Amino acid sequence: MNSFLDALLLNAGYNAALVAIGAGLLGFAAGSSGTFLFLRKRALVSDATAHATLPGVGIAFIIMVSMGYDGRNLIGLLLGSAVTAAIGLVIIEWIARRTRLAEDAAIGAVLGTFFGLGIVLLTIIQTMSSGRQAGLEGFLLGSTAGMLFQDAVVIAIGGSLAVFATWLMRRPMTLVAFDAEYAAAMGYNVRRIDLLMMGLVMAVTVIGLKLVGLILIVAMLIIPPVTARFWTDRSGRVVWIAGVVGGASGYMGAALSASASAMPTGPIIVLMAAAIFLFSLIFAPVRGVAAAVIRHHRFQRRVHRRQGLLSLSREEPIREKFTLRLLERDGLIRPDGVPTDKGRAQAAKVSRDERRWDVAREVHQDAGLTGRYDGLTPIEEVFTSDEIQEFDRRLGPPVAVGGLA
Amino acid sequence: MTRVAATIAAQDGRAISPAAAASDCPLTLQGITVSYGEKPAVFSVDAAFPANAMTAIIGPNGAGKSTMLKAALGVIPRLSGEVSVFGVPIEQARDRIAYVPQRASVDWDFPTTVIDVVQMGLYRKVGLIGRLSGAMTAQAKECLDRVGMADFAHRQIGQLSGGQQQRVFLARALAQDADLYLLDEPFAGVDAATERAIIDVLKLLKSNGKAVVAVHHDLSTVRDYFDHVFLINVRRVAEGPVETTFTTENLNATYGGRLGATHMAELEGVAS
Repeated sequence: MNSFLDALLLNAGYNAALVAIGAGLLGFAAGSSGTFLFLRKRALVSDATAHATLPGVGIAFIIMVSMGYDGRNLIGLLLGSAVTAAIGLVIIEWIARRTRLAEDAAIGAVLGTFFGLGIVLLTIIQTMSSGRQAGLEGFLLGSTAGMLFQDAVVIAIGGSLAVFATWLMRRPMTLVAFDAEYAAAMGYNVRRIDLLMMGLVMAVTVIGLKLVGLILIVAMLIIPPVTARFWTDRSGRVVWIAGVVGGASGYMGAALSASASAMPTGPIIVLMAAAIFLFSLIFAPVRGVAAAVIRHHRFQRRVHRRQGLLSLSREEPIREKFTLRLLERDGLIRPDGVPTDKGRAQAAKVSRDERRWDVAREVHQDAGLTGRYDGLTPIEEVFTSDEIQEFDRRLGPPVAVGGLA
Repeated sequence: MTRVAATIAAQDGRAISPAAAASDCPLTLQGITVSYGEKPAVFSVDAAFPANAMTAIIGPNGAGKSTMLKAALGVIPRLSGEVSVFGVPIEQARDRIAYVPQRASVDWDFPTTVIDVVQMGLYRKVGLIGRLSGAMTAQAKECLDRVGMADFAHRQIGQLSGGQQQRVFLARALAQDADLYLLDEPFAGVDAATERAIIDVLKLLKSNGKAVVAVHHDLSTVRDYFDHVFLINVRRVAEGPVETTFTTENLNATYGGRLGATHMAELEGVAS
């Protein structure tokens, strides 16, 4: 635990601090720039793009070695990965637009083919004389062991650019994600904005390749916006909340993996994001599972209570156990089922409200008001007191329930 | 540019698109063809939608009504044809057009509120980095008020009824403050109160000199709502004022006998 705190406070050594800061920045960039692709319902495109980086890494290594340079030069490897990722992206877009195949089929085909090609290239590199110490398999699941200051700088600059571009283009991207037809009618070039969304995600993928690895980077692009969606109903806020969720899981995940020996950083970061997601899924207000369950139970109780009171007012027997329990608990009936004074009074009120609604529908032709009749909303919330007095005047004097009051 | 060069450019402009220079017509289509695969959905359609009028685009299911509208706007690609708006190519007049797409075309669970959607109509005006000013927010609110939705500004759009969703789309178009309003089935699946609210707004737009064009499917309300009709069944069938063009003969030609005898009799009743 102490070592985790040390790592969180950046006291666990230079490398650990570098990794934590880098992972935090990467998480923020991935979460925010992945948001619009998620809102456009094309999140899985990013998975194909990520897998399509692998042949680029291999090809860049081979080219650099054959030209006599160090094959492990990070900038060179990332440029190579960007090229093949872009090719994969264009192929997916082309297949989806020009053929009868759906986008999911295109994603599957491109993902598999490029990843297969990448693995073949890595195997070839293993057999090359200079390839033994290449360490390119680190790009699959990420590695933090040899993270350099230069690597953190790449993430910081690239990530900032991606976040800035997301902010700058937020309006066109919102329009296209919500209503592409309307965006096109307004004169926006929908195809170009789609390419931009995918390009942003591709850029984040490339800069995050070494830290998180190409297999898991997709999780950092998708999980934060999905998580953020639980907490807000406005797309502008989804972007920033997703950034914070991504940044927090990156930072804490890196710290956690640094505090225990031989813990893989990328997977821990992803599990951290998944934990935040799970928490949000259950506990988020309004959209969370717990809130929905509570809401449903409250609603069910209101329905039963109302039905029970209506039955009392009509002197009909109540057979449902749940209704009886509810009415008894609220002191509306006695254990033997006979209504209490309070129960009679409320039953009379409910039955009167029903008849008030009947009058309301005659008086107010406006469907906007009478359309709010659901049998549950108290009439006082819909009509003003003088309006209700008018209904009562038409209804005549109150009628007692059960002839006892 | 010197004056001579400018004059030549102007003359060139006229020479290139005679129709554009010929009229200030809100929306002119020339030879529009749209095809899915090798089956034309809309074939070589010419149309001129008049100013100060409400025009209904009418035709049977699959006749290409919505397709023609979308192709005109560039929402879907067209195989051929030219579109001009107020006498200039449509690309130069985007700011004068407001489009109301079909309600079913979007995901209503999208994280956005009613007021956010209306403000989308202002996005071109504010640009990429401009802030939505207080005046613009007030304008968006006023547009919501015009469709009777002022109290719903901060609701998530998924909580609205179908009719309310349609009103929000109309408010977004109003926020654009355009001169030409194109609506795709604005009355499809909405309640009676919403239908009345929408038609009131559209009639007000018309009386303010705007042009309104709507894809419409309910033949029984055409005479009450519209001044002008455009009948289409892949090809253009007829176009003109309701009194002279919305006739049994033209409807038969459009629907190819698909309108039942009772339906026709009903429309005759409306006509007389």
